[in-house]
Amino acid sequence: MEIPNPNIHMWQGNVACAEGAIAAGCRFFAGYPITPSTEIAEVLSQKLPAIGGNFIQMEDEIAAIGAVIGASLGGVKALTATSGPGFSLKQENIGFAVMAEVPCVIVNVQRGGPSTGLPTHSAQGDVMQARWGTHGDHPIIVLSPSSVRETYDMTIRAFNLAEKYRIPVVLLSDETVAHLTEKITIPDPASIEIIDRKKPYVSPEKYLPYQIDETDIPAMANFGEGFRYHVTGLAHDETGFPTNNPEKIKAQLERLNRKIQRNRNDIVEVETFETEDMEVLVIAFGATARSARRAVINARESGVKAGLLRMKTIWPFPDEEIEKIYKSVKKIVVPEMNLGQIAHEVEWATRREKPVVRVNKINGEPITPNEIYESIISQG
Amino acid sequence: MSFRYEVRLSGAGGQGLILVGKVLAEAAAIYDGLNATQSQSYGPEARGGASRSEVIISDGDIDYPKAENIDILLALTQEACDKYIDGLKDDGILLVDSQMVTNIPKGQYKVVALPIIQSAVERLGKFLVSNIIALGIITKLSGVVSESAVKHAIRARVPKGTEEININAFYTGIDLATHWLDEHGPL
Repeated sequence: MEIPNPNIHMWQGNVACAEGAIAAGCRFFAGYPITPSTEIAEVLSQKLPAIGGNFIQMEDEIAAIGAVIGASLGGVKALTATSGPGFSLKQENIGFAVMAEVPCVIVNVQRGGPSTGLPTHSAQGDVMQARWGTHGDHPIIVLSPSSVRETYDMTIRAFNLAEKYRIPVVLLSDETVAHLTEKITIPDPASIEIIDRKKPYVSPEKYLPYQIDETDIPAMANFGEGFRYHVTGLAHDETGFPTNNPEKIKAQLERLNRKIQRNRNDIVEVETFETEDMEVLVIAFGATARSARRAVINARESGVKAGLLRMKTIWPFPDEEIEKIYKSVKKIVVPEMNLGQIAHEVEWATRREKPVVRVNKINGEPITPNEIYESIISQG
Repeated sequence: MSFRYEVRLSGAGGQGLILVGKVLAEAAAIYDGLNATQSQSYGPEARGGASRSEVIISDGDIDYPKAENIDILLALTQEACDKYIDGLKDDGILLVDSQMVTNIPKGQYKVVALPIIQSAVERLGKFLVSNIIALGIITKLSGVVSESAVKHAIRARVPKGTEEININAFYTGIDLATHWLDEHGPL
């Protein structure tokens, strides 16, 4: 028996999310418990008050994200966590956070849907909801972890991206990863990069909360620090007050979308495995990517040159990363615990030049390595 | 080539099988320096219903974290045995409570039937520690984790004040398995 290393833990994905949030500097959580995300709230309800933070259980999911937006405007890094039914309720305020450019992190641990669906079983059916669940042309950042360690790292990254780009970031986990207990060695806190929002360097009288500059990301003043400004979901000008001026509306909304588009290379992350000489490309994310990796290894042992592109960022979609590697393959296999939400994007990104084979499952059970393997090696 | 050992623990919700899975995984990963994952499947009800917890132990990376080729299946109820037998290897071990599971599904696996729940009540006076007795049996039969690692993991995980009865339950399980092996020969 070895002497245990204090940095090694057996954590559930949800625990790693809560711990990652604390490591990122999150000091406010508002939520409404829902399986399979509840452990995030449970852990933070104990840990946040102990380190000077705040935990509040709100009357519902809508109020929870409202509280998170308010906390963030006050200068505190803030988190909410939910699952499908709660994520549906939060959409209106997610749109508000996008429009008002309020950094925050929303965890959606996916379970079977639609509606209350399968509370205790896994799914990946909220891919499109995460992208377009709130109305209007808007940017969004969505990350999806495949392991417990990655849940920790990605929660930190979600906060960093939210702060850097003043945007809500969705951590799109799934019941399989969130409820999986796995070995994790936590990094030295000194080695973790933490990004904080850009603060104004002008006096309060000269501060324009939505001023357009060369970065496309306005400096953000925290309420309570002497800066008074207007925050609204209505189309607004650089002062934050509503406007009907078409030029000003256009300028602000184009900037809102451009700030993410022009930084997509900083935001989009993928991992490739055995893609150099591959003939079959597998594209997967979240829990399903674990099965896909095993399927690729097994296919290679059977003499079929398979490779894996694992999407760590879902939105913005990794179209350029797929573009770089798909030209020489015979087919693309896309396993996902939904009816083809990512497969459709892959077809779009590859202009339907290659057959896209779908491996879909919506019965609450994870996709097995063998189910993917069969699609890799079949001649069809 | 790394090894991969799959354990499925099944019974009724509330029998403490998720805890046993966590202790076994912690013993392997934290105290024995291996890799391990633990997952569970349960319904929306808080108690009752068939429940399962799965542990994968390996000295390499664990990609797919669910059990597919099970080395040892524990079944504490007939319902769980019938529902979760699929996936047990032909030469795998089917460990059942001899009073709760009387209809053993047909197969080539090695069946170990022991009075787990009865031992908890009669030897330790607590029905609740049946799960830890089962953990002791699995530790002995599988040989995949060390006894001292499991003992440390139990102490670290069970509620304060219950350490001694749980350690006693663990050794009761070791004892039951040792006697079974003496009587039937090695698995």
